[in-house]
Amino acid sequence: MRALFALFPADLSGADRVVPPTGFTARLTLLTAAAMAFLAVFALALSLATGRLAERWSEALARSATIRISAPAEQMQAQTRAVLEVLATTPGVATYRALEPAEMEALLEPWFGPDLPIDSLPLPQLIELTETSAGLDADGLRLRLSAEAPGAVLDDHTRWRRPLVAAAGRLRLLGLLSLVLIGGAMAGMITLAAQAALAANVQVIRVLRLVGARDAFIAGAFVRRFTARGLAGAGIGTALGMVAVAALPATDEAGGFLTGLGFAGAGWLWPLIIPPLAAAVAWLATRAASLRMLKGIR
Amino acid sequence: MIELQNVAMSYGGSELLSEMTLKLVPGSFHFLTGPSGAGKTTFLKLCYAELLPSAGHLALFGQDVRALGRDDIAGLRQKIGVVHQDCQFLDHLSVAENVALPLSVARRPVDTAELRELLGWVGLKAQAGALPPQLSGGERQRAALARAVMMSPDVILADEPTGNLDWEMSLRLLSLLVELNKMGKTVVIATHDLNLIRTAKSQVAARVLRIANRRLQLAGADL
Ligand SMILES: Nc1ncnc2c1ncn2[C@@H]1O[C@H](COP(=O)(O)OP(=O)(O)OP(=O)(O)O)[C@@H](O)[C@H]1O
Ligand SMILES: [Mg+2]
Repeated sequence: MRALFALFPADLSGADRVVPPTGFTARLTLLTAAAMAFLAVFALALSLATGRLAERWSEALARSATIRISAPAEQMQAQTRAVLEVLATTPGVATYRALEPAEMEALLEPWFGPDLPIDSLPLPQLIELTETSAGLDADGLRLRLSAEAPGAVLDDHTRWRRPLVAAAGRLRLLGLLSLVLIGGAMAGMITLAAQAALAANVQVIRVLRLVGARDAFIAGAFVRRFTARGLAGAGIGTALGMVAVAALPATDEAGGFLTGLGFAGAGWLWPLIIPPLAAAVAWLATRAASLRMLKGIR
Repeated sequence: MIELQNVAMSYGGSELLSEMTLKLVPGSFHFLTGPSGAGKTTFLKLCYAELLPSAGHLALFGQDVRALGRDDIAGLRQKIGVVHQDCQFLDHLSVAENVALPLSVARRPVDTAELRELLGWVGLKAQAGALPPQLSGGERQRAALARAVMMSPDVILADEPTGNLDWEMSLRLLSLLVELNKMGKTVVIATHDLNLIRTAKSQVAARVLRIANRRLQLAGADL
């Protein structure tokens, strides 16, 4: 933090002393910047995590598919064999396997209990397959299946995948939107704080004007101060936010969406752009506020 | 330097000053007199562009004041030292810093030896580190004069700079202004103090402007 202040030594001495210390607005700016940066870290983590999630979902789901064969009992065997033969000669299929009755039972047990008379039910036969990385031509496979085994339906999970991937994309967008909103809110708060500081120092500004201070000189004294405060506050907030994200429970295999919130690898570098961005926002906001205000004082 | 042609000034109501035509040439020394409320302060405010004339043509350093932007005016004020009647300071800075303020504002280096000498001349050496609210009325006026001349400006406008001062200190400040005038600075002093004017006239070719009946007149040599 001291290093951050060292970037702006002028805030503590020299030309900037012409503006008296602005205790209340300075603290407000520091606090706002810290709080907004803290939130921004989470919004950033959300965007990055949902981005990763969308990728993972589309990959994991894209590489597996299921073929469901519903046929009269007497045709079941023949159609299953036909399907397996088709799969054997389909490019892009890495592995395939018909589920055993015991596996089907295990799948159904959570829903119907252990005493299900599975043999007496007209259950469809399920065949699991995984794709090679080159991918599978789902439409081509469907055509061949309809010719060889009319009761077979290929489910390549696109139906499930699309809304999930879309949801993840939407979440990511919301995360980015939050970042923009956080930046806007911070700009607003700092503008108000700067306006309060300027209004409290109208007399000082008048005296500076009388001795020949240009707009840039007066504005600069305020702008440097608020930029330094914005940078320092955002630095603190970002650090706290990163600690908080790091302290979240780690992702495990079964980890759902929430435990996936965080940064991965080089992603930890992303939050580091928050303090400079906050400083830029503070700079712009204060500069606009002071130049607007100075127009009114001759 | 400062040129007025048919300048009139009003604060919204009837005209306070009318038909003022005058040319202050570089190196001239003028006193400005007139009854209280006649408009002396107003006249000086016109001269450093705090106010704009309501009619007529006013040029500072050859530039029409109406055409000046805020930063142009700031540039002009770096060449005009002003002692305001209500001396305004930055109350959070020391007297020395206030006196050096015109230099800081122009981003020029402060020569501390020069600053100390000037503070000594106006008798504020002991108060250099004090804050302006701790000064007496006379001390404030001396600090204001020191601030006005710190930049070695081309023009010095002083509004009642000796109003609160004893005679001895008044003479001291007057001699400072006379010195500066001899170095070529243009000086205008608003004052009611006829003794001061008489003393000055013995030292320098000072002329007297009088505001009476809303007009600006060059007073006779009999003063
Ligand atoms: N900002 C203002 N708005 C309206 N009227 C003003 C304003 N400033 C001054 N006046 C009026 O203009 C008149 C001249 O004021 P000014 O300060 O110029 O007088 P002065 O000659 O300097 O007087 P003094 O010798 O008492 O300092 C006064 O009647 C005053 O009330
Ligand atoms: Mg006056």
